[in-house]
Amino acid sequence: MGSDIQQSTHFDNNNTDNSRSPDTKLSSTPTAKRQKIEHHTHQHPAPAEASSPSVDISFTMSTSPILESLQLEHVPSTHSVHVAVFRDVENAAFLHQQLLARNADFEYALIDAGVITSRLQVLSAAFKAITVQLAGTLKTPNVHSEIVCSLSPAKNIAEAYRRHGITPTTRHLVIVKVLVTPATDSDANAKAPLTAQDIEEHLRTHVEGKPVPFTDETLSELTDWGRVRKYYKLNGMSWLDGIKDEVAKHRELDILVMGSMALRGV
Amino acid sequence: MAADSATHAFPLPAILEYPSSTPPQLITQGAEGRLYKSTYLLPSIPCALKYRPPKPWRHPVLDARLTRHRILAEARNLAKCRREGVPVPTVYAIDESAGWLMMEWVAGVPVRAAINEWLQRRRDAERAEGRSGDAIVEGTRDADADLVALLRRIAAAVGRMHKIGIIHGDLTTSNMMLRPWERGKEPANGHNVEGDGLLEGDIVIIDFGLASQSTSEEDRAVDLYVLERAFTSTHSRAEKLFTTILESEYREAFKQAPIVLKKLEDVRMRGRKRSMLG
Repeated sequence: MGSDIQQSTHFDNNNTDNSRSPDTKLSSTPTAKRQKIEHHTHQHPAPAEASSPSVDISFTMSTSPILESLQLEHVPSTHSVHVAVFRDVENAAFLHQQLLARNADFEYALIDAGVITSRLQVLSAAFKAITVQLAGTLKTPNVHSEIVCSLSPAKNIAEAYRRHGITPTTRHLVIVKVLVTPATDSDANAKAPLTAQDIEEHLRTHVEGKPVPFTDETLSELTDWGRVRKYYKLNGMSWLDGIKDEVAKHRELDILVMGSMALRGV
Repeated sequence: MAADSATHAFPLPAILEYPSSTPPQLITQGAEGRLYKSTYLLPSIPCALKYRPPKPWRHPVLDARLTRHRILAEARNLAKCRREGVPVPTVYAIDESAGWLMMEWVAGVPVRAAINEWLQRRRDAERAEGRSGDAIVEGTRDADADLVALLRRIAAAVGRMHKIGIIHGDLTTSNMMLRPWERGKEPANGHNVEGDGLLEGDIVIIDFGLASQSTSEEDRAVDLYVLERAFTSTHSRAEKLFTTILESEYREAFKQAPIVLKKLEDVRMRGRKRSMLG
């Protein structure tokens, strides 16, 4: 499995040639468990070398080097989640402006990586937002803004955007896109308006930053624990400060963050 | 999905109807709700989902309100315990209007099962030595060290929970899990290295469905009394030992603990209910 990904990544870089290919090649070892998306790839067995063109497309899509595609548990198979992480983003002001202008092409959850502690935190925000969307009780314009709000432990939407979303000065970004395929027969999926590949292309073109893999390791390098503890009200907990092992402490903090998110406003 | 529903005796909550890598598994059914084992976000993360289905015999408006309140109360109490460092499962997700609460899956066995297994083995060992096998566990023998250590951990966990003002409402040894220690994370003392490992692990208190918040000595004493009664009826041979250890360990847990133990004596005399009205 590991070698398959390596080969496909290599192959993908050759195909979508751009200036950042050395970077992406370096950072494209997906250490985390990768899930394939059945309804995109169908039965293609993922051959190591190129065979027919149709296979190539699906293959490239499911193993994009900067975008990780996931199918969450207990989420309809029509909904897939796609996540990318960028370091040292230069054009945060531009991306922020696109959000304010409600530019539909830039409909992403643009999250400040400083307040992200783990993969699970991002995925549980996505899970919550999708669940709310399915129930038809969105509190914000769309599922992507709902993801940003889901990260917040408080009900205030403006504050959630300010603290967890992109600001003109944000350096590191976690970008989440939820794709919904029309719930028709499988043939329609091939002609779906947006694919993971489109998202990948779009992010490559418009985000001026260094893509890094969506792993707990890279995320923890970008975490600003001071802000996390402040936003999630985790200061002054003596039993927590008593944990000497930094890794164990961060894991405990991460769990508490997820708990705060789950109990938002209740 | 049709085949799936057929294997379940009860209709699943809507959230569990969506696809997952392994089908949800009904673990147990209580008076008010059902507990499923499923997965959260990724196939590698097990979770427990507590579902309170609508009760057709209640007025729909009242039913929705009661369910909502109970789910929220449970979630809040769990979250409070977690924040204060009391070992309980983490809340992953909650939908109070749909009536479900998704929590961390706690590995291991209930304390009740572990103690019973331990007592059974002890009995077998005694019989093998030609004794009757129903001797009271005094806690003085070397072999009893594991049980003494476990009872201490139980008393300490309950003490910590009471300290932060949470009353469990249904403390039994079935509502405590014995989560195995991670390799290399065992506590340095308090457990028998040569033992069979039956009673090893962290205490995790579960099922906060009847929990409430209170700091009154009376409520705490009743909580302890319920635990004592539950322990006495399930593991009667270790009854005395339990009471002794509970009193010595719980006393250290927080400032008002001695007063609570004093109150416990009153409660033992008269039973759980204070007034004779209900």
